[in-house]
Order: sequence, then C-alpha cells, then structure tokens
Amino acid sequence: MTVTARGPVAQGSTASHAPHLLEVTGLTMHFPITQGLVFQRQVGAVRAVDGVDFFVDKGETVGLVGESGCGKSTTGRAILQLYKPTKGAVLFDGTDLTKLGGEAMRKQRRRMQMIFQDPYASLNPRMTVGNIIGEPLEVHELAKGQAKLNRVQELLRVVGLNPYFTNRYPHEFSGGQRQRIGIARSLAVEPDFIVCDEPISALDVSIQAQVINLLEELQSKFNLTYLFIAHDLSVVRHISDRVAVMYLGKIVELADRDELYKRPLHPYSQALLSAVPIPDPAVETKRQRIILTGDVPSPVNPPSGCHFHTRCWKAQAVCSEVDPEFKVHAPRHWAACHFPG
Amino acid sequence: MIHSSPVPDLLDVKGLETRFFTRDGEVHAVDGVSFRLAAGETLGIVGESGCGKSVTALSLMRLIPYPPGKITAGTVMFDGQDVLKMDDDEVRAIRGNNMAMIFQDPMTSLNPVLTISRQITEALELHLKMNRTDARKRCLELLEMVGIPSAKVRMDDYPHQFSGGMRQRVMIAMALSCNPKLILADEPTTALDVTIQAQILELLKKLAKEFGTAFILITHDLGVVAGMTQRIHVMYAGRIVEKADTGELFANPKMPYTWGLLRSIPRLDESRRAKLRPIEGLPPDLINLPVGCCFAARCQYKRDVCTEKEPELKVVPKAKPDHEARCWGTQEGGWLVDVDYRTDTTVMAAVGAAS
Repeated sequence: MTVTARGPVAQGSTASHAPHLLEVTGLTMHFPITQGLVFQRQVGAVRAVDGVDFFVDKGETVGLVGESGCGKSTTGRAILQLYKPTKGAVLFDGTDLTKLGGEAMRKQRRRMQMIFQDPYASLNPRMTVGNIIGEPLEVHELAKGQAKLNRVQELLRVVGLNPYFTNRYPHEFSGGQRQRIGIARSLAVEPDFIVCDEPISALDVSIQAQVINLLEELQSKFNLTYLFIAHDLSVVRHISDRVAVMYLGKIVELADRDELYKRPLHPYSQALLSAVPIPDPAVETKRQRIILTGDVPSPVNPPSGCHFHTRCWKAQAVCSEVDPEFKVHAPRHWAACHFPG
Repeated sequence: MIHSSPVPDLLDVKGLETRFFTRDGEVHAVDGVSFRLAAGETLGIVGESGCGKSVTALSLMRLIPYPPGKITAGTVMFDGQDVLKMDDDEVRAIRGNNMAMIFQDPMTSLNPVLTISRQITEALELHLKMNRTDARKRCLELLEMVGIPSAKVRMDDYPHQFSGGMRQRVMIAMALSCNPKLILADEPTTALDVTIQAQILELLKKLAKEFGTAFILITHDLGVVAGMTQRIHVMYAGRIVEKADTGELFANPKMPYTWGLLRSIPRLDESRRAKLRPIEGLPPDLINLPVGCCFAARCQYKRDVCTEKEPELKVVPKAKPDHEARCWGTQEGGWLVDVDYRTDTTVMAAVGAAS
C-alpha cells in the first residue's frame, strides 16, 4: 500500500479551511511473528492496523468503535508513537510524528496524552497520588516544589477529587476515583489532544456517567480534542462529533455522528448498531436484529478482498477479490464497501 | 399474571442471607433476599458490581466457598425441596442436573486440559447414567443445537481452540445437557463483543422457548434484560430494591435507584444529546451498612425518615400489581407515588429548596 493522501484526509483538507490538528494517512502497524531461538526470522505478521486514514479537527471528539481485536487501541497507541508504526504518516499540527525521534518527540508528547482503560493497572501502586500527577510536571520541567504541589491540588480539584488526597496511594480509591486520577495526570501538562482508550469500560454503570460528564466538562473548559476509543456504541454516540467504525485493522466507515447512526452505509456498521440492546422492552421486542454469523477472522491472515466478506450477508464474488476503496458517499461520509447502503 | 397461575413455584427463596467473614469484618453480601419463580419463567436480576447478584446465584447453587462465605439464614425451596438443608450428595445430584449455571467468563470456567466432549459427557454419564457412546451422541446433538459449526470434528478439540463466543456456546450446551428446570446465567455475555452478544442472547431466547426452561439472567446491562426477561428484580447493597414485570419496570419505575440507573446510561435511540445524570457518590460499604435505607446517602429524594428506619419491600400503590419497591417514598401516601421520573423537575426543585 502506498502512503498517499487519499480518502478522508485528501477530501477533507480541500473542503475545510483550517488545517486539521491530526491527520493520519495510511497508518499501518504490523507486529512481526518470529520463529527460531537464536536467529529469529519473521514468519508472518499480526496486521493489527492495516492502512487507516482519518483526520481530527481541533476541539472535536472522534469516536473510534469496533470489537475487540479490530485494532482500535493499536491505532491510538501508534498515533502517540507508543508503537513505531510500520508505515504511514501521523501529522500532528503539521509535524510528521513518525519522522521525529528523541528530544523532538519528547517535546511533542507534552501536547498529547492518553487516558487508559484499566484504572487499576495504569497507576503505579507504589506512588502517591501527588507523585503520579506531579511526575509529568517534573519530566517536562513545568513546575517544582511548592508550585508543583499547588498545581497538583488544582488538578485534583478540577477532576472533582479532594485536593488533600495528594499523600494517598491508588489502592485507597475506588475505580471511578482512580480514573479521575488518571485524567488529572493526563491534564497536568495542558495537552491539546487526548487519546481516551476505553476510559469507562472498567467502571460500573452509575460511575460511567460521572466520568463521561467530567470528560465533557473538561473538553469545553480546556478546548481539548479527543480521540475516544470504545466498544460501547451508545457511549460513543453520546460523546462524539464524528464516529469511525473499525473492522480487522481498517476503518470501514467514517461519518458525522447523527449521519452514521441514522444512515449507516457499511453492512458491518449496520450489524453493529442492530446488535446493541436498548433498555426499553417496547422497542426491543419490535426490533429486527441483524445477527452476524461466525467470529472475527484472525488478523494474521485476514480474508482477501474486503475483510468483512466472510460474515457479510451482501457479499458477492467481487467482495472476496477486490478490496473496496474507502471513498466518500455523502458529504463527510466515507465507507469502504462495494454495495453500501 | 404469572403468580396467579395454578402452576406451583419452581423456586421459592425466602430471607436468603449470605455473609463473608473477612479480617475486616462481616460482609453482608446478600441480606434478606426473597423471590419466587414459576416453571418456565424468565427473571432478570440487575445491579452494579458488589450488589450481591452473583452471590445470590451462587447461594442458590450452594457454591459459596466456606470459609470465608456462609449462608446464614433463609430457605431456598427448589421443586419442593430446601436446597439449603440438603447434604452434599443431595446437592450434587441436582446441581448441573435440575439446576445449571452459565458463568460469566467462558475462558476460565472450562477445564483447559479436557476436551470439550469430555466436559459435556461427564455430566451426562454422572447424572443421566448414560454410557460413553450414548453420551457422545447426545453431546454432538447439544453442540449442533447451540450452533457449533462442524461439531463432529470440533467436539474433540480443547477449549483454547475455541473463540470466546464459541466457548460460551459450549457452556450453554453444558448447562442444557441434562434438561435442567432452571438455568442461572451469570453475566453470560459480559465478556463478549456486541455482535457475539447478540448471537448468544438470540440463542438463549430460542432455547428457553423451545425447552420451557426457567431462566435467571444476572446482568448489569438494562438493555440485555429488556429484551430477554418477563420480570426484573433490581438489587442494591445485597437487597432487592424493586421488583416488577419487565414492561412495567421500564415504563413506570418507582425506586430512585432504578431511576438513577436508567438516567445514567446513554441510549442508542435517544434523539438528542442530553447531559447524563449520574448517581452521585459510591455504593455503601457492605461491612458497615448505614442505618435506614441503604440508598439514602445517594438519593436526591430522601427525607428524614430514610436515614432513620429501613423501608420494607412493599407493593407500590397506583402501579400494576406485583410491582414492589423498597422505598419510603413509594409506600401508601409517600411522596414519590405520583412522580414520573422523566418529568420530575418539580421534585428536583423542591429538593433544592429544602436543602
């Protein structure tokens, strides 16, 4: 696959006035599978992300949805250069992050942060809350001593925790409170862009809403840009301005939120939406469900042509031969399907 | 309704209490749970983690590890016998036979060193006294019934060769193997992706209808129970706080905790982007339960009485029969009887003015 601006980036750039905050073109992340003890040779690759194009504008929230193993978290991490992408470009405010290294990259990291899925695993149990939130301030030499403490307390207040919690350890907090600590840590360096990787999946229903509301408040307060990765379509619909649907390493559909939920074009998006249970028995008994057969194929050896053709009820001969182009079907609505609609 | 039918109850739980004796103190995991279930009925138990819904299911099956756990009070009449009074052999005879369980995590609840067929035939040989050949034949039938493709080849595979959804199908086949009268499904789809969840729920629905098996579906997802069950019990802090038929619970919920749950989840079919209204605060500590209503600390509608005395589960006036709630506000003459949670601004304002 060549790394040229196609799909949403090429078409989006011409349509909009301001440059995008983030432009991802042909992003590919293959993890090698090796064999042999001393001399390791590569026998294959897990094609976790396989040519992804999209852009994120300043101040908006783009939701990235898909089932487990579709490459949504890997996409988030490859954008932040937590993995070195195999191919592709990640333009952040005009700078290609994949070409940066060392100090230049470290400087850029201040502007983009991540909120992790598991608040139990993403906080160091041996560090106090004050040290956890204060560490990025020290790393980026933003504050020291009393100034640092003041800033940490201010951050705790911003995320709705008691500012006098600085000397406590993570185990003293509940899941929702820990996630607030993780959010405070990511806010410490005043970033522009935050990748939220399933930030509420590990939380209870009543606590999820607290964290979603907090993320929304912080966005409007600090003019943040989010890439919101989740598998819960109702939550993504609630928080996102635009939504991208991923399947087996590729974005199969990208559109404005209302457009995508009202008129999904790709059969996979349609199936995904129809599979979500709605808490209303009156609606639920009347709904027609699209039940997909089988499981997601392995990303080591994805199906030929359109990756989805093995489970698609619309599939024809062409689908197993030609990889459908990711092209625009309506204003700001892209889909990769031979028979959309 | 179901309870007025002449069919005798399949399951009658009264005052079930399960406690865990830990170093920090006694955890009141299940605190006086009572409910009935008719043969063939489907019941949903909904609540957040730690509310005691899983412990209730494990108690019914007598699967509470002792120590630290112990069922300290109550009766569980299953098919006319008290499960809690049975000795170990008697329990073993009904467990997996008349009463089966589907666990949340199919990855850890199958034995990794035994083939799929061996794990299913074990129960058939033990409970139904089948020989190897008959048991294998029945096992193949079961796997085909739950939709395992090329079951004949796959039945001798090991669990790690199956995907998560397929393993959950195996668990369902296992639960169905001895034609149980009751299946307890504890978060059967929580570990699965949405499209696979839809497959499994569809399968459960079909099988329940086909065999007339009674189901207890335990979940935190109100969407899952909405389409699957006839009746719903909402649990909080080890207690049932609201009981109603499924349609009634969603159309006319009464307990403020249920309102909180319904308000705090974004809905896929919502027309506008409304701000979510979360339940503030955290669930109570099950070691030191508060005096009065256990939800009072997080309740926007509480009054003085709520923190003084614990309400009982009582029939809600002006609602459908069989609708019960554990709330002072919903009892005869209470301040929540006429409130519709969707249009409760007056009450909200009153609460604001009072505080």
